[in-house]
Amino acid sequence: MSTVAVLSQTFNIKGGDFVNAGEPACKIRNILREIGINANVIRRVAIAAYEAEMNVVMYARQGEIRLKITPHKILLEIEDTGQGIEDITLAMQPGYSTATEEMREMGFGAGMGLPNIKKNSDIFNIHSTHGKGTRLKLTFKLNGKTKK
Amino acid sequence: MIDSKIYISDIIKAGNLQVIYGEHLTKRAIKGGYASDLLSDVIGNSKADDIWVTLQGHPNIIAVAKLKELAGIIIVNGRRPEADTLNKAKAEDIIILSSNLPAFEIIGKLYAFGISGLR
Repeated sequence: MSTVAVLSQTFNIKGGDFVNAGEPACKIRNILREIGINANVIRRVAIAAYEAEMNVVMYARQGEIRLKITPHKILLEIEDTGQGIEDITLAMQPGYSTATEEMREMGFGAGMGLPNIKKNSDIFNIHSTHGKGTRLKLTFKLNGKTKK
Repeated sequence: MIDSKIYISDIIKAGNLQVIYGEHLTKRAIKGGYASDLLSDVIGNSKADDIWVTLQGHPNIIAVAKLKELAGIIIVNGRRPEADTLNKAKAEDIIILSSNLPAFEIIGKLYAFGISGLR
């Protein structure tokens, strides 16, 4: 079996654009649905994509989501240029957030973004340079043991 | 056979809700309800065909409703959606309802009408 991507697509995200935020996540969900991916996997990918996208919108200048589908897994890579994360351990703690008061009033900044992404992905990889940007690599397995 | 489904048109009557956008979408059936103003919570825990009760009125609520395939949004406390939210609702065809009542009252009415947060 090949591990070459059978489908690969990139979506741009603009920092601060709350109006169009969420569209890439919706498009990704629709693509996965069209090719007949299991509904539970779609749900987890959509949640992770939305949360990752909102992190870019809230904390970065710009970024992109790269979706790759192979016969055995779905890969989401979210990379941005922006402020980066100063302390990843803290950022991974449920309830911890550096969101502004304005963002909190909008219902963001619950401190659930990264924990939700981790919870919903099978393999979670984060790399961030403070002052430069953040890269997330998420893997969702398509066969064998996956999360509920 | 009696139709036991609950439609958006039913709760508009029961809750005396105002239709801000989507008169043509009121025939959609509702399977449950979810109430939260935290978007991560709604993204993580709401289910498709839920009616969502919130006081948020900014455009991203439409993205959340679309992504989770929610039946519709009820904005409470007399708040009105922003202009961008309305444009987004039109583009994505998501119904927006509003009520002058606080969330607790609206949720109580929906629950009494047969909509549950559990399923």
